[in-house]
Parts: sequence; C-alpha cells; structure tokens
Amino acid sequence: MIDNNNVKLRVEDLTLIFGKRKKEAIAMLKQGASKAEILEKTKCAVGINRASFEVYEGEIFVVMGLSGSGKSSLIRCLNRLNEPTKGKVFFKGEDITGESNNELLNTRRFEMSMVFQKFGLLPHKTILENAAFGLDIRGEEKSEREKKALAALETVGLQGYEDLYPSAMSGGMQQRVGLARALANDTEVLLMDEAFSALDPLIKSDMQDELLQIQKKVQKTIVFITHDLDEAIKLGDRIMIMKDGIIEQIGTAEEILTNPASEYVSAFVEKVDRKTIITAESLMFTKPSLLRLHKDGPMRAIRKMRDQGVKFLPVEDDQKTFLGYVWLRDVLELAENKENSLLKALKTEVPSVYKEYTVEEMLPLISGNYYPLAVVDKENGRLLGLVNQTSLIIEATRFGDEEVKQLIKKANDI
Amino acid sequence: MNRIIDLGKYIEIGINALEENFSFLWSAMDDGISWIVDSMNNLLLATPFVVFLLIVSLLAYYAKAGNKMFKKEGLREGVGLVLFIVIGLSLIYAMGYWKDAMHTTTLVLVSTFIALILGIPLGILSAKNKTAEIIIKPILDFMQTMPAFVYLIPAIFFFSVGNTPGIVATVIFSLPPAVRLTSLGIKNVPEDVVEAGRAYGATGKQILYKIELPLAMPTILTGVNQAILLALSMVVIASMVGARGLGSIVYQGIQQNDVAKGFESGLGIVILAIILDRITQSFANKKE
Repeated sequence: MIDNNNVKLRVEDLTLIFGKRKKEAIAMLKQGASKAEILEKTKCAVGINRASFEVYEGEIFVVMGLSGSGKSSLIRCLNRLNEPTKGKVFFKGEDITGESNNELLNTRRFEMSMVFQKFGLLPHKTILENAAFGLDIRGEEKSEREKKALAALETVGLQGYEDLYPSAMSGGMQQRVGLARALANDTEVLLMDEAFSALDPLIKSDMQDELLQIQKKVQKTIVFITHDLDEAIKLGDRIMIMKDGIIEQIGTAEEILTNPASEYVSAFVEKVDRKTIITAESLMFTKPSLLRLHKDGPMRAIRKMRDQGVKFLPVEDDQKTFLGYVWLRDVLELAENKENSLLKALKTEVPSVYKEYTVEEMLPLISGNYYPLAVVDKENGRLLGLVNQTSLIIEATRFGDEEVKQLIKKANDI
Repeated sequence: MNRIIDLGKYIEIGINALEENFSFLWSAMDDGISWIVDSMNNLLLATPFVVFLLIVSLLAYYAKAGNKMFKKEGLREGVGLVLFIVIGLSLIYAMGYWKDAMHTTTLVLVSTFIALILGIPLGILSAKNKTAEIIIKPILDFMQTMPAFVYLIPAIFFFSVGNTPGIVATVIFSLPPAVRLTSLGIKNVPEDVVEAGRAYGATGKQILYKIELPLAMPTILTGVNQAILLALSMVVIASMVGARGLGSIVYQGIQQNDVAKGFESGLGIVILAIILDRITQSFANKKE
C-alpha cells in the first residue's frame, strides 16, 4: 500500500528550543543533559530533542504523545510556524528550513495545509468563504475558489451549509469546515494538529471514520497529531510516540504493541484492546515442518511426527499449496493397511486465515476443533505459519502462559 | 518655597524653538485643517435642515436595524432612536442654534476623523510591536491625564486663535481611546485564527486586513465612539481659543451669566452627544 521509496517529508535532527540561550542549550543536549538540567542552567525549554523521521507518500502518520511531549511544536516545525532551532525538514527532497520568506509562503500556500484543534475559522465569514480562505490567500479568482470550496464542502458532507456562519454550527461541523478548507487547497500534505481532540466522543469517532473514507478518495500524505492512543491506532498507518521532545518509537500499531521500544511505550500501550490490532502474522510460529502429499508416505510421516513429538502435521502439494493436516492415529492406520499415500488420512476442512487476520477475527474459528489455525499466503496458498489456540487465548485475555496452565489445571480439578 | 528646577522655563524654550523653526509646518497644518473644517461646514450649512434630518435618521435606522431594515423587528429596534433624532434636532432648530450645532458637529467629526487617522495605525503598531507599546503607553497616559486646558496654550501659540487650535487640543484629548481600543481589539483576536492565517501562507498584510482588523472591528468602533464623546466634551474648552459652535454659546452664557443661553446650548450639546453615541454604538455592537 505504501511505497517506502517515496518519502514525502524527511525530518533530520530537528531540535526546537524555547528561550534566549539556545546555543548553550544545544551544547548541553549534545552532552546528553536532561530537559530539567537544561531548564535549570539555561532557562531554556527543550521542545523537540533531535528528532529524525520520514513520512511516506499517501500514509497517515500519527504523532502521539501527552501534553508537553513536543508533538504540537513538531508539526509546527514542518511548515515553520515554529522556527526549528537546529536540524532540517525536507519536503520532496527540498530543504524547507533554508527557504526564503517568499518560498516559505508558497510552501504554505501550495504544498501543505493545516487543520487545527480549535478550528481557527473566521467568525465574520460564511462557511463557503471560510472553506475558500486558503485559495483567497493564494489570490485565486472568486468564481474559481468558490467552485473548489464547494467541492471540498461536498467532500466533507456540508453541502447546503455554505451561507451559514461558523457560530451557527456545532464543533463537529466547524471542524468539517476546517477540513474542507484544507482539502480545497488540494495540497499534497495535510497537517492535522489534534484535529478531533476538541470534539465529543461520538462525533470524534464519526470524524475519524469520515477522515479514513476521505483519505481513501484523496490519498493525501497526512501528519496527524493526537494524545489519544485509540485514535492513533485507528487512524495511523504508522505511529510515532514522543515523550519530552524525544521520539520513543516509530512503527505500525502492531509493531508498537508487540514490540514496545521502551518501558514508557509499553506502559502506554498496556491498556489498549489488542484483539483488534494483533494479527496472525505476529502470532504465528513460522516455518513449520510440512509433509509433501505425493512424496512423503505414511512411514515417513510417522517418523517425522515422532521426531518432533507432535500428533499432526500440515500437508502441502507439489506446488507447495497448503492442503490440510494429517493426524498420527490416521497415519498409523494407513501404515497398518500398507497404504502408500497420505491422501486418505488428509483432513482438508481445516480453518485457515490470511496473515492480516486479527485476534478478534480468529477467535471464533478455534471453537470445536483442535487444529492450530493455518496462515496461508493470499496469492499462492502456501503455508506461512501456524497459530495455536493457546497463544490466541493469551492474546485475548492478556493472561500469561503459566496463568493459562494453572486455570486449566483448576478447571480439571473441579 | 524656593524653586530648585525651573522645568516650565525649559518647556517654554522648547516650545518656542519648535514654533520658530517649524513655522512652515504649523501654518501648513493650520491651512489644511481650516480647509477641511470650512469645506465641511459649508457642506453642512448648505444642506437644508429637512434633508439633514432625513439623512441622519436613515443612517441611525440602518445602524440600529441592520439587514432587518424592512422587517417588523428592525422597525421595533430603530424607531426609538429615529423619533429622538427628529424631536431633538427639531428642538435645536427651533431654538435657533442650528448653525452653531453644525459648527459643533463639524468640529467633533473633523477632530475625531484626525484622531482616528492617527490613532488606528498607532494602535495597530502598539499591538504588534512591544517596543512601540512601551513607548506609546505612557504618552497616552500623559495625554489623557494632563488637564485639557493646558493644551490650549501651545495650541494658540502655534496656530493663533480660531478653529485649528481647538481641533488640535481636541485631537490630543480624544486620541488615546482610539489607540488603546484598536490595540486591545487586535490583541484580543484569537491566536488560533491568526495562526490559521499564517499556516495558509498569509502575509502580514493579509493577516491584518483579512483577519485582525475585521475581528477587532467591534472594539475599534467602541474606540471611535469614545473618541467622539471625548471630542464632544471638549467643545466648550475649545471655544475658549475661538472655536465656533454650541460650545462658544455656553462660554458666552458663562461670561454673561445668562442661564437661558447656557442651558439651551448645553441641551443642544447633549442632544448631539446622544445621537452620535447611539449611532456609533449600534455600529460597534452589530454582530455577524
């Protein structure tokens, strides 16, 4: 989905310091001084501490952090509403931080548009005029900009409201206008600063769905700031977690949940509902040993199973397509009857899933049978790995391995 | 008491030097202001009373009713002020003070106009620039608290007697609210709207004209209202240096101990004040 070679925004070593003695503060940062030490010695606040990351074309890149983590300062460095103290921001390979005032104005007018937490609408202008604001600043003709603004308002579902004033609208509707204003400019990059944080929960969720819908259509590169982890997980193709101006981790929601880079991150993600995020791909054990249907006979199958101490093995055909499982007792029977092929013992009606299936989707499949779930490749039907029931239950319940065993023991005692 | 410093003398020397070295400037200012005052006066006096009444009434009605002008609600809003204007102005006319009332109107409008031309840019400057604010603020305090009579002395010195020194003193007196409220209005524009402007690539000028001034307009108009009222409060004082109008009649009343004259002309000033106040206030309070 995302072409990793197409970097839209690249941030290098970005540092933002508030205060007068910036040079001293930077020197102290280099020596590894903490934020508190720097504040005490130089009276400078470190907003962002040497952040480097890339944003790819067409992705929603969520920057997540609590207040004071530097996330809002960071997004303002991307269009230089905050002037970075040090470091560079590249847009399509071009250094924005070195731009002259005129170039910067053009970048803001034609390359990036922004959506704000507090909407930032003009109270004395109509919805239509507000949506056309960016185009007006660019100096476009009135008829031209109204046409574009109308189209943008339609995209966000506000047709018919053009002549109202913002004060007549609810927060959710006002933010739609904010979004329409950004879309009307038709820039490649959309910067969204806590865009939905001021909305109440139901409307917020609606707006998130709507943004995902719109994104499917317009395919913008979106940098989205939020303090809400659920929002980050719902929207983000990739998530960057920040703390005290430092990047803690960058990755997909699943990467961050399964492999948190620091204690902070793991504490942060602890309470997240993992069932909808963890997929078969990260749960499966890979490269299980397989039997080849026309190559391996019953005797060989029995030997293989005994070697590995298992009661069943998956079977593939000559094209390496996954067929099903054979069980030890069935194979033993075949061997007794002197059969040469495993075909009669093969159980083909087994649950199999693709690697992007989530725990939530896989759970119903385990009831009523003992097989692990086979994870197969969508394209060629090859077996990629197996997900066993215990690991699914562990993921779903968040019980540890030992806890599960004890629970089973207790149940047996009853 | 012995005087240790003779501050007044130095001020006098300074004023003298200003008068002598920049006389061309003062006479040019005098000519300019006199020209504006005369043309406006002639225009107002040439306008028949009924036409003037009609224009002011319509303006007041529009200020009150806005775009509901042709609806019942608009009528309810505006009818009171219009009635007051008709009765009040007719009373002034009937008392025989129409000419003087027009002189006073001219004086007030011209000085307010000059105060705004100077005050609004100064207000914008002090809202945008910290240093400018630090310099401007104490000067405004000084201008507002120094007794207004004191300005008359150098004003006569520079411009001799007539309308001009009166207008200059009035401008000095009514300038501070125009500056202050403009500055306040611009500072109170929500930060997020200005930031939105910057994020979309607006230049400083675009932000000022498309965002800050429109959003600050109600506050600025309150400043206009205050400037007008302060200017009106100066008309009697200005008449002491030869400004014409209702103020000079009041002044005559004081000198001749003439209660009738003093009361009639004073009432005229009150009527003008209420009309000007209500009209400008309605513009300031207009929402949308």
